[in-house]
Amino acid sequence: MKPHTLSVLVENKAGVLSRVTGLFSRRGYNIESLAVGICEEPGMSRITIVCIGDDAGIEQVMKQLNKLIDVIKVSDLTDNERVERELALIKVTAEPGTSRAEVMQLATIFRAQIIDVAAKTIILSITGDTEKIDAFEKLLRQYGVKELVRTGRIAMLRGSKVLKGGK
Amino acid sequence: MKTGAKILVEGLQREGVETIFGYPGGVVLPIYDELYDSSLRHILVRHEQAAAHAADGFARASGRVGVCLATSGPGACNLVTGIATAYMDSVPIVAITGQVPTSLLGNDAFQESDITGITLPITKHNYLVKRTEDLGRVLQEAFYIAGTGRKGPVLVDIPKDVSMRSIEYDYAASEPVTLRGYQPTLRGHAKQIDKALEMIIEAEQPVIYAGGGIIASDASEELVRLAETLVIPVTTTLMGLGAIPCDHPLNLGMLGMHGTRSANYAVTESDLLIAIGARFDDRVTGKLDSFASHARIIHIDIDPAEIGKNKKVDVPIVGDVRSVLQDMLAKLQKKKSYDRWLARIRGWKEKHPLQYVSDNCLRPQYVVEELSSLLNGEGIIVSEVGQNQMWTAQYFCFRKPRTWITSGGLGTMGYGFPAAIGAHFACPDQTVFDIAGDGSFQMNIQELSTVASNNIPVKVAILNNRFLGMVRQWQELFHNRRYSFTELPPVDFVKVANAYGVDGIKVESCEEVVPALKAAIETDGPFVLDFRVEREENVFPMVPAGAAINEMIGGKQE
Ligand SMILES: Cc1ncc(C[n+]2csc(CCOP(=O)(O)OP(=O)(O)O)c2C)c(N)n1
Ligand SMILES: [Mg+2]
Repeated sequence: MKPHTLSVLVENKAGVLSRVTGLFSRRGYNIESLAVGICEEPGMSRITIVCIGDDAGIEQVMKQLNKLIDVIKVSDLTDNERVERELALIKVTAEPGTSRAEVMQLATIFRAQIIDVAAKTIILSITGDTEKIDAFEKLLRQYGVKELVRTGRIAMLRGSKVLKGGK
Repeated sequence: MKTGAKILVEGLQREGVETIFGYPGGVVLPIYDELYDSSLRHILVRHEQAAAHAADGFARASGRVGVCLATSGPGACNLVTGIATAYMDSVPIVAITGQVPTSLLGNDAFQESDITGITLPITKHNYLVKRTEDLGRVLQEAFYIAGTGRKGPVLVDIPKDVSMRSIEYDYAASEPVTLRGYQPTLRGHAKQIDKALEMIIEAEQPVIYAGGGIIASDASEELVRLAETLVIPVTTTLMGLGAIPCDHPLNLGMLGMHGTRSANYAVTESDLLIAIGARFDDRVTGKLDSFASHARIIHIDIDPAEIGKNKKVDVPIVGDVRSVLQDMLAKLQKKKSYDRWLARIRGWKEKHPLQYVSDNCLRPQYVVEELSSLLNGEGIIVSEVGQNQMWTAQYFCFRKPRTWITSGGLGTMGYGFPAAIGAHFACPDQTVFDIAGDGSFQMNIQELSTVASNNIPVKVAILNNRFLGMVRQWQELFHNRRYSFTELPPVDFVKVANAYGVDGIKVESCEEVVPALKAAIETDGPFVLDFRVEREENVFPMVPAGAAINEMIGGKQE
């Protein structure tokens, strides 16, 4: 059992996401992370799914995904060189004075951006792989994380290879 | 200008549909208005479940796509069991449902239910049509998807305003369907086929395990030719019965839970299992680790997801089984003699024939055997679910594909009678029998009204044991005979039939069986036979749940 990163190219149509996610829950798999958005092909979307399972189970899920009419291509990126990114928005307590200065310093170190400043809080935006965001969040906790929003993970193969349609 | 309803009805006719099974309601009024003076034949059922099963029975008997129609909400929900039944057995049907107007969608409007959501896991695909402009194309896609690749049900949900609006549309001028996410593999991979043929030559004890895929792809001829050319024995699943004639010397009969001993022994001892259009269902394999555990496995199937799902496969071949078998036959060069293996199998067949006590009691197996010899391979046999189904599978001699229609994957009680109605419209010249249980028949007994009012000559032979027999059998064998809620009160089915205007005969002794069956066959219209059979007869042999398939109980000469 290990996390698998699947990239699923689908028709950009109503109901596609529930067809895809429904299949995971029906077959007893939990989705760890999910990200959906339009992609380079008009009329298509790309879904990145992180899901924990053994190789045989994931292979079965991929075959079942392939059977969905609106699914154009399914790829397992797990054993490939790839880049992965997530984005998080973090609203953190940062009272004017020392704590605000410290938070801003941490943000610089992590290359996070300050995207909103209020009297007692600021909002930071950070992108990176899961570990980096986890580490950043952990460090901010001592100042008081009021709210945290994370996107799902997105992933892409390194190099010139691309994941195109055509089953 | 055409309304959506007209586009629908014309579209169905363009797809070659002649008969649909349905039930009206509020949001399908525009569609029913269009049907009023259409040449498309509509059969009014008495429950929407029956419409779905009838469409399914039509599809299985004809090999074409069956169609059913229901209103929104309760009507659509009543189709669900029928759609799930078709899905589990890969049967091509298109289910059309009405929906509340688009302006009310998601509003919990009167008779609104999210039928595309509900049927998501039990359809091959489904559509909610939001614009009249899309209707024609969706319908084309629905038929294409249902009837190609691994076949299955497709649902098309049509809001009332979509069927009422008028647009310019010409079905004939539409483009052929192309779906970039749906391109089933039909031809088998040549290298894989070569590997399979090599493996067959290397084998000493091969068995062909043939499933419903043979029937679905009309590959019976190819199957029999392959078996005969190579002289390899064949066992079929419940769904594969009829793929090879029951009395063919190479046929071992059905395998699995209520299969023959010879089939189960042969699979267990085999060193090569050639699975064709079958899916290693748990009712077939029993304890998976012991199933064909000495065998290498070749698996031919149209659905890549079935390959390696339950059992590791040595040579997977994805493709339409008919096309793959044709390629195999064309490439066959070497042959080998499996004489010693065939002799062993012959020994098992002689030693362990299917058998039941033949005495003066009215045994259900006797009824099936007599019907089988009267029809002599002709006619279409549909069954309900339970003991009646297993006895029919065991004792009826099927000689041709598409003459045996049963709910295998879902095991839906109440399937048989409406499916028999559908089968009649597919093959109006054939005698159609529903071999029923008293429990199952009562799940769609209202269809007596449908057969009476349309004079549909379907015969129902009820093996009336006044029990939910199959469940009672398990209670007898595994729950200390504690018959918890499985006894049914006596029902006079002839009186019920008469009340609907259908003739019938009650049969209480062996001597009456043949004359009664003859009377039913000779009657032009529908007929009900109420056979008061031995109440606690069991289906044997049997593989207990969780056991290996060669660990069978019962049905043996002691
Ligand atoms: C709709 C449905 N409900 C319950 C079952 C479980 N079940 C399987 S066989 C059976 C008994 C069937 O009784 P009957 O139709 O009288 O057939 P018999 O076994 O007596 O021949 C039952 C309840 C089922 N298969 N389908
Ligand atoms: Mg019964």
